[in-house]
Amino acid sequence: MSEILEVTILSLRVSLIATLISLTVGLPFGTWLALRKFRSRGFMLSLINTGMALPPVVVGLVVSILLWRSGLLGNLRLIYTPTAIVIAQTVIAAPVMTGLTVAALQQLNPRLQLQLLGLGASRAQMIWALWKEARLPLLAALMAAFGSVISEVGASMMVGGNIRHQTRVLTTAIVLETSKGNFGPAVALGVLLLVIAFLVNAALTWIQQKGRS
Amino acid sequence: MKNLIEIQNLVVKRETQTVLEIDEIAVREGEVLAVIGPNGAGKSTFMLVLAHLLKPVRGRITFRDEPLEEMNELIYRRKISLVLQEPLLMDTTVFNNVATGLRFRGLSKEEISERVNTWLERLGIAHLARRQARKLSGGEAQRASLARAFALQPELLLLDEPFSALDAPTRAHLQEDLQALLKTTDITTVFITHDLDEALLLGQRVAVLIEGQLRQIGTPEEVFSAPKDEQVAAFVGVETVIPGKIVESSEGRAIVAHQNHLLEAVSELPVGREVLFCLRPEDVTLWLRESAPPSSARNRLTGNIEAIYPQGALMRVVVNCGLPLMALITRASAREMGLEEGIKVVASFKASAVHLIPR
Repeated sequence: MSEILEVTILSLRVSLIATLISLTVGLPFGTWLALRKFRSRGFMLSLINTGMALPPVVVGLVVSILLWRSGLLGNLRLIYTPTAIVIAQTVIAAPVMTGLTVAALQQLNPRLQLQLLGLGASRAQMIWALWKEARLPLLAALMAAFGSVISEVGASMMVGGNIRHQTRVLTTAIVLETSKGNFGPAVALGVLLLVIAFLVNAALTWIQQKGRS
Repeated sequence: MKNLIEIQNLVVKRETQTVLEIDEIAVREGEVLAVIGPNGAGKSTFMLVLAHLLKPVRGRITFRDEPLEEMNELIYRRKISLVLQEPLLMDTTVFNNVATGLRFRGLSKEEISERVNTWLERLGIAHLARRQARKLSGGEAQRASLARAFALQPELLLLDEPFSALDAPTRAHLQEDLQALLKTTDITTVFITHDLDEALLLGQRVAVLIEGQLRQIGTPEEVFSAPKDEQVAAFVGVETVIPGKIVESSEGRAIVAHQNHLLEAVSELPVGREVLFCLRPEDVTLWLRESAPPSSARNRLTGNIEAIYPQGALMRVVVNCGLPLMALITRASAREMGLEEGIKVVASFKASAVHLIPR
């Protein structure tokens, strides 16, 4: 039981940290892409949109190569650690957060920026007001980012190694139990994963819908 | 009256195309300047330049004699407020919307509350303060947008076609209320519209922008009855524009020849001058030929009705007198006279109703 709790807590911890980092990176970057007009913007948006569909095993492979002892970042000794999983999951979630932030802000009336500036907003106040106005799709973006990492298995398995008491998370534990033919525990862990995903999303949905009649 | 804003040699480009080119224009302190012009004339671009939201490629703009480029942009923008065609309210209550600009300025809660409530009251929407902005009708939303702008107590109020998306009765009601507010507050206002009636109602001066250029600026009477060129004339509703030549001129009266017609106008222009003879349709009176009173007026032409069609509460009549003449008459008059296509009528107009544009 304590091992299940340990796996659950680690799953939540790495996925929430990865989501938070993605939010910190993706929200400002997505805002910049949505509001700025420059020549290579279309190309950058295409890259971000491709990033939203990155297969986790490909991310796992690339992050493994980087963190491998002989890799570019090998001297950090991060391979098969929870930090490695956070890095891989951030690579998966950041394009989702960025791409959906761009979409959320671009669906606002483009003249709203002019209106806010015309009412005396500073640039920071204008961006804050736009985020508030797009809070529903932005929270949906956050939910999608969290959903993309809490449920992925390929990258966590490859960069974490599914090491008992160290890097085993819910999804890798399910794979392990299934491969051993222990379908009962696998199903139980699966249900637990669903419940956690539901609870986190329910909390975000509550925030999203707060104040709307 | 002192100028609040002065603009000289302004050039604005979108990519490589020049969209606005104004040699000189000033907005006087306390006045309501209506800027009119057809779609694509550069009116909204002019508004964005005034709001410091679009940088010209050339030109000098001063606010209270201080060049705009030397002023802190945010400080300047906090001296103005902007109302756009769409109310663009935020997804929150009406109160919070009206408070938006005040919160940007960091005012105290008490002051925000006082100002918001005052302006909600003055715009007649105090009862909607707690309502979600998205649930307002078009007219209510535009009132909230106006309250948001007035609550800032700006030195310059910029209104960009705020009523153009509203239905006619709502628009008329809002125009009256805005007129009253502008009179009592004395806020310098630039009001953009393509609605001539709106410009006449609200504007103390009218500026006409056509193809990105300021073609004329003056009192509504000057602009509407004495347009400076053919395009301005067409835009301000002068529908009869005929080329001619002055053949007689004395004591402020000129006789203009057009083909075999001689028409009289009040003008000091000399003999021999080529002109455009301009006449507003509402200045033309129509009579049935048999009931026309005897008159010695030169501007008395006989012709056939070529077309007759309704225009709002009035009827527009096209009379072919050898030259095309447009007249606007009431529906009741048209009915009483039994006007219909093909019948002969006498059209008359005063020499003082004619405006001559030198060519």
